[in-house]
Amino acid sequence: MENYIVEMLNITKEFPGIIANDNITLNLKKGEVHALLGENGAGKSTLMSVLFGLYQAEKGEIRKNGQVVKINNPNDANALGIGMVHQHFKLVEIFTVLENIILGVEPNKLGFLQKSEAKEKVMALSEKYGLSINPDALIEDISVGMQQRVEILKMLYRDNEILIFDEPTAVLTPQEIKELLKIMRGFAEEGKSILFITHKLNEIMEVADRCTVLRKGKYIGTVNVKESNKEELSKMMVGRDVNFNVDKKPAEIKDVVLSVKGVTVPSKHHKNNAVKDVSFEVRAGEIVCLAGIEGNGQTEFVAALTGLDKMSAGTITLSGKDITKSSIRERSVSGMSHIPEDRHKHGLVLEYSLEQNMVLQRYWQPEFQKNGFIKFDAVRKYAEGLIERFDVRSGQGPISVVRSMSGGNQQKAIIAREIDKKHDLLVAVQPTRGLDVGAIEYIHKQLVERRDAGKGVLLVSLELDEVMNVSDRILVMYEGEIVGELDPKNTTVQELGLYMSGAKRNTAKEINHAG
Amino acid sequence: MQDKQTQTPKKGFDLKQLTKSRGFSAFTAALLAIALGLIFGFIVMILANPDKAISGFRYVLVGGLGRFGDVLYFATPIMMTGLAVGFAFRMGLFNIGASGQYTMGMFFALYVGFMWDLPNGIHWVVAILAGMLGGMLWGIIPGLFKAFLNVNEVITSIMFNYIGMYLVDMIIQGNGVIYIASKSRTNYLPSTVQIPSLGITGSNVNLGIIFAIIIAIALFIVLERTTFGYELKATGFNKYAADYAGMKGKRNIVLTMVIAGGLAGMGGAFAILAPSAIAGSSMTYEPINIIAANGFNGIAVALLGSSNPIGIIFSATFISHIQRGGTLANLVGYKPEIIDIVIAVIIYFSAFAMIMNAAIGRFIKARINKRHQKTEKEAK
Repeated sequence: MENYIVEMLNITKEFPGIIANDNITLNLKKGEVHALLGENGAGKSTLMSVLFGLYQAEKGEIRKNGQVVKINNPNDANALGIGMVHQHFKLVEIFTVLENIILGVEPNKLGFLQKSEAKEKVMALSEKYGLSINPDALIEDISVGMQQRVEILKMLYRDNEILIFDEPTAVLTPQEIKELLKIMRGFAEEGKSILFITHKLNEIMEVADRCTVLRKGKYIGTVNVKESNKEELSKMMVGRDVNFNVDKKPAEIKDVVLSVKGVTVPSKHHKNNAVKDVSFEVRAGEIVCLAGIEGNGQTEFVAALTGLDKMSAGTITLSGKDITKSSIRERSVSGMSHIPEDRHKHGLVLEYSLEQNMVLQRYWQPEFQKNGFIKFDAVRKYAEGLIERFDVRSGQGPISVVRSMSGGNQQKAIIAREIDKKHDLLVAVQPTRGLDVGAIEYIHKQLVERRDAGKGVLLVSLELDEVMNVSDRILVMYEGEIVGELDPKNTTVQELGLYMSGAKRNTAKEINHAG
Repeated sequence: MQDKQTQTPKKGFDLKQLTKSRGFSAFTAALLAIALGLIFGFIVMILANPDKAISGFRYVLVGGLGRFGDVLYFATPIMMTGLAVGFAFRMGLFNIGASGQYTMGMFFALYVGFMWDLPNGIHWVVAILAGMLGGMLWGIIPGLFKAFLNVNEVITSIMFNYIGMYLVDMIIQGNGVIYIASKSRTNYLPSTVQIPSLGITGSNVNLGIIFAIIIAIALFIVLERTTFGYELKATGFNKYAADYAGMKGKRNIVLTMVIAGGLAGMGGAFAILAPSAIAGSSMTYEPINIIAANGFNGIAVALLGSSNPIGIIFSATFISHIQRGGTLANLVGYKPEIIDIVIAVIIYFSAFAMIMNAAIGRFIKARINKRHQKTEKEAK
């Protein structure tokens, strides 16, 4: 019997209507990087939340160094040396880096804060692990990568030995990812134990010693990464073979569908513009990808393009028609389909049934209403047709409440609706976000199919693999500007990363020329 | 429950299906809230006066039954303000200004009643329409503020409750035809402007309740069957998705508030234009700077009725019923405030409706599962 630092034995955690963790066992050795792999909704985050004391399991026990422990809240976890970097950072924006690190464990004398003492310790840690930070900078002023370092230093400051990373690489550039993986390796060599949640196989192959795979809340297995490979892991994760490549024939590029010129959008968070003088074209029969790290103006640009928000300068032309001042509905009728970034916020009315959502933009058309009364038969028939064609699965078919459907099927419903609507341009914003490999494969196929049907596709994506595999042309957005236009066939992920992080850019002249 | 226990598992499955439906869960939640409110009210009554608690409580429960005409009469205005709150709530707007809209509606109706000379049979109809107009005026203002300046409708409509009430009191006190200063109330309305009675002896119940029910049913149809209702509910559930779908959010906000205001305004008209059971008199209004309670009771009615127009018909009738009972509990020495406590508790619990419902749903499910296991074991 091996010595494990943490053992989670037969953990079962139920939520109303779903078993998030069904009898899962996970053993963590001292000094290893242990990856936790699974699709979205497989139960990874739930399992880690149980370990960190955010949830209590209904069944099963947790042991540390062989002793059964009860972790009722994150404070208990901290006392046991367990720390966690959450997917969405838990930082106080208006505090400094140092204040955030010591938050909750402030050194004090008679109630007076001893900051200099804390600062010394933080700087020592920062130096030791190569986590360079500026302790006096405000969180709101530093980059996402920097914020993550603050989260890591928080764990180190509390002398945690078991470090949980919940999808830490999702927000980072390729260079930052490399850096982070190196730091994690360093921790492991020093004797700390790492739990690393991810669904990116490359990262597991690079950094992990062992990997535990979950699927739909169930334990599938634990493998030694060195004795395994990507194909095996992905098969364990999805339950079938997965095709990583997107099959597509060369693009047949036709007329200009969308032309944006000098689009500028003011920011809601600061005084500067979120989108600065952006110009480009999308032609029929091509997939143009707007790539970039989250928060570089893509969201604001799409909001202006689709009419959800106003822009302060620039023009937008769709199929030869100036739609700069058109309403959302006019744009939609003029041939713009939009798969929104946030399907719960914009794409769906979750309380409505599937059929009601299928006609979300079209309920007012004569096909579906007469004298203001909705033709329920027509809606039902239309929805049933789409459900069958796009294989949208749900509990009760057209009358299922959309909230009860899985994320993948919700997204399929949106895609069905947007593709079936008459359109020349499809704006797809992070269409695969949070979906499992199978659904991603399906959505990529649909996008390519749209392109081949002679439509223009504007894909906004943060996922490098998606950017490289699906698009015909890449525009990189950095701090609200388009800093580069690349051909995915003649570029590497590393180069793309340099553009995305602002380290490299084509000159404005070149871009204009290309556009 | 007892006899259902002995039924076959097949029936149990149906029960499970039933518990899933939204209407059913809103209904059971309301019933549960009522039951808890009544139990709490009973405890309060015991504490206040143990000897009379049972007879007093009996009045609260069944006292209204003997005076069903009055129950309906008092239900009419709160049904209308309940619809005004509930309808706006379906769009995600909290129309706390039903009181002001109600008061304005009542004033417009009074004004037409006293100042306009119209033939019998037309006069009261015009007065009701004037009331609707008055309410609409007081509804559109918060609507415009919300739509175009993004001012929270709760703030504006609370302020307009006061503005409306003081304005109406001021105008009425300055009008010698409407106001009798010596009695500090309005004059008796001419009989031409009183809504025809339904002819139940000893009760003021009139055509108003019929109109209110018809309006509720019409609103139900608007919400469930029309494109406007589809837009309205979509906006209420998720206004971002409604924007994304190209719905005209601003227009719908204004329209909804106009309709809500019109409903509350008609409530005010129905209340003041009701015929009096005593010949030669009428309903009167006392301009004593108090915000109309019927407006706030509308919030209670809407909550208990889950903002569903059909539900509101029943919740308004029920609240009116126990209010009558509370008045009767006076006979054995209880203050009518007891009933206000009971109503408050019912509303309080109905705010927890969904939580409690989930609990009930789980309970029923657990019982069914247990029964399944039991029958399976027995089968073995």
